[in-house]
This record gives sequence, C-alpha cells and structure tokens, in this order.
Amino acid sequence: MTDIPAKASVASASNGSVLLTLMKARTFIALIAVLIFFSIAAPNFLSAANLILMSKHVALNAFLAMGMTFVIITGGIDLSVGSIVGLCGMVAGYLVLNGIDLQVGYTIYFNVFEIALITLAVGILIGAVNGLLITRLNVAPFIATLGVLYVARGLALLSSDGRTFPNLVGKPDLGTTGFGFLGAGRLLGLPVSIWILVVVALGAAYLAKYTPLGRHIFAVGGNERAARISGVRVNMVKMFVYMFSGFCAAIVGLIISSELMASHPATGESFELNAIAAAVLGGTSMSGGRGTIGGTIVGAFVIGILSDGLVMMGVSSFWQMVIKGLVIIVAVVVDQAQRRLQSRVTLMQMAKAG
Amino acid sequence: MNAAIDHDVILKLVDVSKVYSGTVAVKRANFEVRKGAVNVLVGENGAGKSTLMKIIAGVEQPTLGRILLEGEEVSFSSSGEAVSRGIGMVFQELNLFGNLTVAENIFATREITNRFRKIDSREQERRAAEFLERLEAGIRPDMLVEDLRIGQQQLVEIAKAVSLDARILIMDEPTSALSAAEVEILFKVIADLKASGVAIVYISHRLEELIRIGDYITVLRDGRITGQEKMKNVDTQWIVRQMIGSDAKDFAKADGHVPGEEIFRAEDICLPRVTGGLAVDHVSLSLRTGEILGIYGLMGAGRSELFDCIMGRHGHATGTIFIAGKKVRERDTTRRIRRGLALIPEDRQREGLVSILSVASNLTLASLSRFVRLFHISGAKENQAVAQMVRELAIKVADPAQEVSSLSGGNQQKVVIGKALLTGPKVLLMDEPSRGIDVGAKADVFRTMRKLSRDGLGILFATSDLDEVMALSDRIAVMSNGKLTGMFDRAEATEAALVAASALGHGPVPHTESHAHD
Repeated sequence: MTDIPAKASVASASNGSVLLTLMKARTFIALIAVLIFFSIAAPNFLSAANLILMSKHVALNAFLAMGMTFVIITGGIDLSVGSIVGLCGMVAGYLVLNGIDLQVGYTIYFNVFEIALITLAVGILIGAVNGLLITRLNVAPFIATLGVLYVARGLALLSSDGRTFPNLVGKPDLGTTGFGFLGAGRLLGLPVSIWILVVVALGAAYLAKYTPLGRHIFAVGGNERAARISGVRVNMVKMFVYMFSGFCAAIVGLIISSELMASHPATGESFELNAIAAAVLGGTSMSGGRGTIGGTIVGAFVIGILSDGLVMMGVSSFWQMVIKGLVIIVAVVVDQAQRRLQSRVTLMQMAKAG
Repeated sequence: MNAAIDHDVILKLVDVSKVYSGTVAVKRANFEVRKGAVNVLVGENGAGKSTLMKIIAGVEQPTLGRILLEGEEVSFSSSGEAVSRGIGMVFQELNLFGNLTVAENIFATREITNRFRKIDSREQERRAAEFLERLEAGIRPDMLVEDLRIGQQQLVEIAKAVSLDARILIMDEPTSALSAAEVEILFKVIADLKASGVAIVYISHRLEELIRIGDYITVLRDGRITGQEKMKNVDTQWIVRQMIGSDAKDFAKADGHVPGEEIFRAEDICLPRVTGGLAVDHVSLSLRTGEILGIYGLMGAGRSELFDCIMGRHGHATGTIFIAGKKVRERDTTRRIRRGLALIPEDRQREGLVSILSVASNLTLASLSRFVRLFHISGAKENQAVAQMVRELAIKVADPAQEVSSLSGGNQQKVVIGKALLTGPKVLLMDEPSRGIDVGAKADVFRTMRKLSRDGLGILFATSDLDEVMALSDRIAVMSNGKLTGMFDRAEATEAALVAASALGHGPVPHTESHAHD
C-alpha cells in the first residue's frame, strides 16, 4: 500500500481542481476585482498620477507587511512596528535638526546618508530587543512586542515632549540638506520609495526561497521542535525575523518623515494592524509555516487600493473600516475552506484506495 | 467464564476506515462488542487498536464506515456525545488534569452542583471516595492528581471511567503502569462490571492477562482485523499467528562483518527529572564502527531521554561523550550534528518532520549548508542529493516537491532517516525506528540499518520490541528506570534475560510476554 498515498494526492490535485485553483488564487482575483471595480466606479482612478500616489501609500504598508510576514511565518507576531515607525521618524528628525551634542561644546551633524543608516540601526536594535525578550527571556511574542509598542511610543513622545519636529530641510553649511529625497525624489519617473520597495521585496523573496535562513524560517514555524533537532538555530532565526521587521519599520519611519518634511511622534499608530491584515490577506497563516512575500505584497495592494478607491468614491471612512474588516474575514474563511477541502479530498482518496 | 453463552452484540463497527494525513490507521474494520463480556483487542504497536477505540469513544471520527449502537446508526462528533450514550474510555495516555484534585477529575464536565449552580465539592469527594474504595487504591479524593504516582493516576482514570455508569467501557492498556496487586484488584472490578452487564473492551499487550480475563478476542494487524474468535477456542499460538501473520517479519540478515574501532562513548550520563530523581541514571556505554547496539526497555525506561542527552537537547544533563576518542565539548544540538551525531526521533510528527514543508525541504533541512555557495542554495546540488536519497532509501514519492504529510508513515520515516543521513553522521541514534509503519517499510528500514552498519556507521537503536532487538543488534543494552541494567552480546542474550533486566527496579516482575519464533 505504500505507493498509494503518492498516487492519491497527485490525483486529488487534478480532482476538483477548478474550485481549489480559484481558492488558491483568491488574493490575485481580489486584486483584479478591486482594480476593475474602481476603474469603473471612480473617475480618474486609472490616471498615472493617481496610480503613483496609490503605490506610495501602499508601499508604506507593504514594507511593514513584509517584515510581519517573516515574523508570522515563524509563528510569532510583532505589534511594535507602528511604534518603531514613530520612534525612527523622531530619531531622523532629531538628527537633522539638532545633531548629537557631545556636551563639550561640540555638536556632530550627520549628512542625510548617515542619518538614514543610524535610523535603520535604531529600528534593527529595537527589533533585537523584541527578539531577545522572546528567545532569551521566553516572553510570548504578543506580550513582548506589546510592551515594546508602549515603550517605543513613549520614547518617541519623550524625545520632543510630544511636539512635532518641523521643517526638516536642514542647513547647507552643516551638510544636513536633502532629507526630502526619500519621500519626494524620483528615479526614472517612479518615486524613490517604490524603488526601495522593489529592492527590499526582491531581497526578501530571494531570502525566503534560496537561502538556508529562509528555509529555516519556514521550518521553525512549521515545527519548532523538529527544526531544533535538525540543528536549526531556532533562536538566531527568531532574532533575525524581529530585527528584519524593525528594519522595515525604520524604512517606513524615514520615508514618512521625508515625505512630510516633519517628524510627528504619533506617526504609525495602528500601522501594525494594517501590516498583519496585508500578510493574512496574502495567504500567510497565523499558525506559522506558510506565507510568501509576493502574496503579502499583493495583499497590501488589495487593502491599499480598497481604501484609496473608497476615498475617491466618497465613501465615508466609517464604512471603509467595515469593508476592510469584512474583506479580511472573508479572506481567512476562504483560506480555511481551501485547506479543509484539500485535506478532505486527499484523505478520502487514501481511505478508498487503502 | 461463561463464554459458552452467546452474548448480545451491543455495538457494531461496519467497514470503518480511519486515515490520518500520511497513514491509514484502520482499514475497513468490522468489529463487534458484546454485552456482559470482556472483548479483548490485541495487536502489535501501531496496528490501529487505539485508533479503533478512539472512534468508538467519539474522540476520532471515522473517515469512512458506520457505527451501529444497538442496531441504530450513530455518529459521535465528540467524546461527550459518546459518554451520553453510555460509552466510557480509560485512555492509554492519561487524560487527567494535574492541577485539579482526584474528585474534581472524576467529575470533570459532570460536576455535582447545588441549587445555585455552585459545585458541591463535599458530595463529589464522598462519591469519589466510594469509587476509589472499590479500587482499594488508598487515594484520598482531595489529593492533587499531579502528586500521585503514575500507577495511582491510572487508577484514578479507571475510577473516572467506572463512575460514568457506562454500558460500554473501553480500557486501553489499563495495566501498563499498575503493580501486580493493583492488577488483581482491577480484574475484580472488571468481573463485577461484567456481571452487571457492562460490555468491556480491553486492550493489552500482555497475552497471559488477555487469556485470563477475555471472553472474545479480536486481532488487528496493520489496521486490518485478522481474526475474531471466542477466547476459549484460541491459544497463545493462534493469537501470535494472527498478530504477526504469514508475512513474518523480515529482519535483514546479518552479513557477518566485524565491528571496528570504538567510534562513540558515553560516560556517566545523568538527567534529573523535574519531579525529582533521575530520568537517566549514570548511564555509560560505548559503540564501535559498524556496530548496531540495541537498547531494549519498557516505556519510560529512559531510552529516549538518553538519546536526548547525547544530542544535547537538555542543558542540565551531565556526563561526557566522546566521538572517535575525542571529547565532545559542544553542548548544543546544531554543533553536535556537525560533530557527526544524528537522531531519528521517536515521534515522527512532533519531532521528526516539518509536515507542511515538501519532501525535498525536509530531507535537506539538517544539511542545507552542504548545498550553499556563499549564501545561495544551489538548486541543482540540492535536487541531486534529494534524488539520491529517494533512490537509496526507496522512498515512494511521485515528486519530491510534494508535502511530506501526503506520504504514508513508512515513507515519512524514510524521509526522517534520509534527513539524518544527509548530515553525514558517524553515529546514528534511532529511537523506535519501526514505530507505526507497515511491514514492507519496516523491512526497508531494517535493511537500511544493516547497510549503514556495513558502511561503517555506528548505530544505537532503542526499541521496546523484543524480536526486533534480538534480530538486529550486535550487542544489546537493557535499560530500566533510567539505569543501564544489562549488557549482552547477541550470542548470550536470551529473551528471558532481557525481560528480567528490563523489569529491574520496577517492583514486581511483570508478566513475561510470549513471543513467536520461526
């Protein structure tokens, strides 16, 4: 009987395949559906200017959602990303305006490139704090990142006493000008933030598919015990995903501050929820082990297009929230239905064959 | 025994099959349970006994087939429904809440309440005491379950099932942790229940026990029912024949190669138990290249724990290990694998496989660094290694990109073995390598073990199957209660000696199991 299961599952792949294929491609179908719907319902929706504007909105959520995807694949969650966005924005703003006062009569000013690196380092560092809490001190990811959410937000508010750092143009004599490039600059007609998104997304997708680390991320989420016995350094993998999530959040903090040319300490509130929604919509399983970067990006686009399109149609923001919630719930319900259908088909065939 | 009178059938399974992802646990089983009698169910490990019972008790739902209770078709979606229809079960793995008292456990989900829906603990404890009295267990109903010995916990589990006033009572290996005296008391209780018309389904490995108390016997092999008889018509020989079947186990023959130098030595391995005492108690052993050292022992003897210590899975374990004469200082699993140790864990699903990943990803999980240039996994190299393992181990899979959970148990086990082999080990630790896989796959696994030992690997394998340990090992170590209680060369090992050594430190010697020879 040993050869039967193999045959059975091959058969099940072709059996009832239409429904299964439709279910598997649901995120794509949703994306195409919202595109078609809004191009008919909202005037100017398909104009180049609008599409670029929308992608800039989507990009912010997409960064966070990519970091979130890796975290969720390992079976964790990162609630602190929104606060990291806020704090990193404040760090960048502070450095542009004030530099670092060495307390001996000198103040160091950094150029924009250095400021970006320092800000990214701060994001990674906060991610590392999350990781250490989870791996070394055995705090549940939900609690650890919830704590860091509050701490980081509090620090962001403390850094300016709750005020906004305005007008981040910098001073030419200090070499701090050019901060606006990230948010407003363009390369080959596309906004810089989109290019960064493309680079990070390709990198993340490559990492997930072609590197041992990527394989280990999936293994840890699929079965942590088996991964550990196979010699996977589970703690290092977890450290990495939270640090990567922090890195993505820092990018978003930089871009937002740069777009607004100002840093506001409340920036990024509830961003973590949008990121989770995009990941889940893109097929990431909250129980770990499943998910793709591509799916998450598509998920982020569905959510982003949905909210921008509804705004253009003049739908009230209260209704927008209701609709967004329903879309997420439907996505997960379909996901579960697909899993059940698939496993039932396989099991029934094995039972009959065996 | 009044098995001469035909008892009424109370429950009937018709063509019941149960499939888990990857394994067919029960295949088209037809099984009858008779009133006022002890219906015995017997079969080897992994034959599907427990699954069949879980289906009757409503814990699992059959994939196909019907259940008839007193002629009426029923389907239980939970054990609660089965209980409400008068079916109770004593589970093999204890289903008790350690943080609750004995009385609270016995009345869990059926709490006795007063007018205001407040739990009447005094009444619960009084009634619980009655049941415990019958079992002469000396357990107070207000004790916490976690403070009881494992045998006492088993008695609580039995008391709980008896208190259900069930018409059908299923007992899955109820005596596995009981002392001889406790077993006698249990048999008395069973006789009482039988007299009052309860249908008892009794599962055990101890053939003597079965022949003593059984009225009807059903034998399962590889998920199929191979024999159903009245107990008075059968003898041990018949049972064993039905259990093992015509296709007697195919233990690849020894090829007479001579083991070489010492490759592995463990000295003074100790692992403290959370509840006090030692789970592994000062164990030392050595292994030569090309040698298969079988570690025989009953459940809970500390075999798996010893393997865990060797692999560095417990930070608080003490003792030293040497590979090829060199002390292994690395304390974590990752680096011990690099030093040449590999473990095939006992629990395939929980520890062996990442079930949602593909066959290929599982195979290479432990050895990815072999296929990496800089940081890129070379797809060609990886596929080549996967294809080689699939061929060498005869893994039956259409496409290695398939999810590993779609394979049968035996092929899943081969994937776990392949994963370990790809790390290029010097010493292979195999924990119950033949558990829950079918006959053909077992033969493949045993053949692979022989081949690996011929290639110079040292193999340590743990098993609770006497035949297996006798047939495959060059030397046999016996563990009991965390201690090494015997070390035999194959030439001098006898089943009686192994069984005796495996019972040391366990109080009364358990019944010796009869085993077939061919």
